Amino acid sequence: MYRYDEFDHDFVKARVAEFSDQVERRLAGEITEDQFKPLRLMNGVYLQLHAYMLRVAVPYGTLNSRQLRMLGHIARKYDKGYGHFTTRQNIQYNWPALSDIPAILADLASVEMHAIQTSGNCIRNVTADHFAGAAADEVADPRPYAEILRQWSSVHPEFSYLPRKFKIAVTGAARDRAAIQTHDIGLHLKKNDKGGLGFSVYVGGGQGRTPMVAKKINDFLPEEDLLSYCTAILRVYNLHGRRDNKYKARIKILVHETGAEEFARQVEAEFAALKEGELKLPDEDIRAIERYFAPPALAPRPEGDEAVRLARLDSRDFSEWLDQNVVTHRHPDYAAVTISLKGIGEAPGDASDSQMEAIADLAEKYAFDEIRVSHEQNLILPHVARADLKAVYDALVEIELATANSNLITDIIACPGLDYCALANARSIIVAQNISKRFASLERQRDIGELKLKISGCINACGHHHVGHIGILGVEKKGAELYQVTLGGSGDENTSVGEIVGRGFGPDEITDAIETVVETYLRVRSDRSETFLDAYRRVGQAPFKEALYAGEAKAA
Amino acid sequence: MKILTANRLTDGEAVWFSTSKGWAETIGDAELAGDKEAEAHLQAIGDAAYANNEVVDVNLIDVELTDGAIVPSRLRERIRAAGPTNRNDLGKQARPDAGQAA
Repeated sequence: MYRYDEFDHDFVKARVAEFSDQVERRLAGEITEDQFKPLRLMNGVYLQLHAYMLRVAVPYGTLNSRQLRMLGHIARKYDKGYGHFTTRQNIQYNWPALSDIPAILADLASVEMHAIQTSGNCIRNVTADHFAGAAADEVADPRPYAEILRQWSSVHPEFSYLPRKFKIAVTGAARDRAAIQTHDIGLHLKKNDKGGLGFSVYVGGGQGRTPMVAKKINDFLPEEDLLSYCTAILRVYNLHGRRDNKYKARIKILVHETGAEEFARQVEAEFAALKEGELKLPDEDIRAIERYFAPPALAPRPEGDEAVRLARLDSRDFSEWLDQNVVTHRHPDYAAVTISLKGIGEAPGDASDSQMEAIADLAEKYAFDEIRVSHEQNLILPHVARADLKAVYDALVEIELATANSNLITDIIACPGLDYCALANARSIIVAQNISKRFASLERQRDIGELKLKISGCINACGHHHVGHIGILGVEKKGAELYQVTLGGSGDENTSVGEIVGRGFGPDEITDAIETVVETYLRVRSDRSETFLDAYRRVGQAPFKEALYAGEAKAA
Repeated sequence: MKILTANRLTDGEAVWFSTSKGWAETIGDAELAGDKEAEAHLQAIGDAAYANNEVVDVNLIDVELTDGAIVPSRLRERIRAAGPTNRNDLGKQARPDAGQAA
């Protein structure tokens, strides 16, 4: 993975010193809250309901064991013994004291981490496929490009005060696991017919109160033009994006109002002026960054097949976990493991200090020191020898993180919601927990099959409800929580925005409503191979509406 | 009826203004304002504490008295007063002198 060079170290160190001084002056009353607030936000510090919150960047979701151990240490020393992994592949601490934040940032800097640009109207943490470098279906590792974008966008003088925040995601596989079409810029790394690397470029995707699927404005952008083309996009946005209305300030609104074709034309015009300039990436520079992400030397471990076969016979639980949470690796003797942070009845994405440390130990021992954070709020060990899977599984059982539910209905994305968040209108975690408990039976979950359920506690959609196969949006109505259900959303290569099915449900009704939706799917699916999403796309809303509301209409 | 709430500058702790205790960590003794004049008095205290860098995010919030106990009208404020509803071991509810969970 990427290692800081001297410049990076100095930059982060200087930033820690600068913000420490700002905190000190704030605590001494030398600067006001109005002066301090934009400074703290630039350094990832929010104020929530119960305390401050610190959002730490995990660039493209990649961590080594030393870093994860430090995240655990921070949770224990400065917080309340846990952290929350987010849909932005970041981690949030919910309880830090402002006075401790300089020390936390110094600890983070010691392991090459920081909280810069995790807030504010700038280019945020660049996200990537969590199986990058391991996936069997990948053309190339997208992370070197994410790192190039990170370096380019860090305190970029022209793009630090955009009309609104800006999110970029990169995938290196046709099967999109990074939800690129819901980002401001989505990049799909691929090869052209001559074998050259480049990107399909999508622009103007996003969720929030106005969900939009990104439009493809370039089918093949050669890799050397990545920065000049992104600069062209950002320039058009920075110039024409609305600054008069926060709710219309994202690039998705500009692309929508301008029209994708005209927007692309404007980008091309900017790009023509930039293309042969200093932003053109020299091949040796790309390859130099690529070397940081060189895959580990994966020695042949052919004994894995037999080991897995025997372990399966020995343990049904292991076998189920293998089926659900372990995916094919590009090396046949290896696999990528999803560590579910969605234990039945647990808060999605939370991990305790000791769990983080235990996972760091596992990564060091069995996974070439690599851990990933997925946007689905799980952790990933991307390179595990199949021969070691049983040992990894046994260790995960010990720390209660062996739930075999990846991609099943209890693998729920949920934002922190009203239990923590100052923006939320309704709770999310408790809804996720109740649904998780209702569908606790793994047999039942596996019968239902792939089902992505996503919950947001307000219209800002941090819980990605718009692209949930089943989405739940919490709102406040007459002082009470109300949950709207959307169906048919999807955040993959065929991205779609879910449609509201009807009136919302109270906190005591929502679990039943979800069960009704699921039972309806089981009834209408043509056979077990037809997933919820496929069935919904075939039959539409009608049977679900009927099941949810028919009784009501008759009663009325 | 309204009470005055904020978050303490140094650690973000949710606090409520009490005449006897100042900025208290629990809601129970919060000073009640039953009319516009009393609200203005509380607001002035909040403004002064904000200007004095003691607290941030100062707000007057609606409450009701239930069996003599102060209960915020909005769920948001009930959660602030108690802690996360999914973790009873966190927030004010985890302390012996705390109010009830939402």
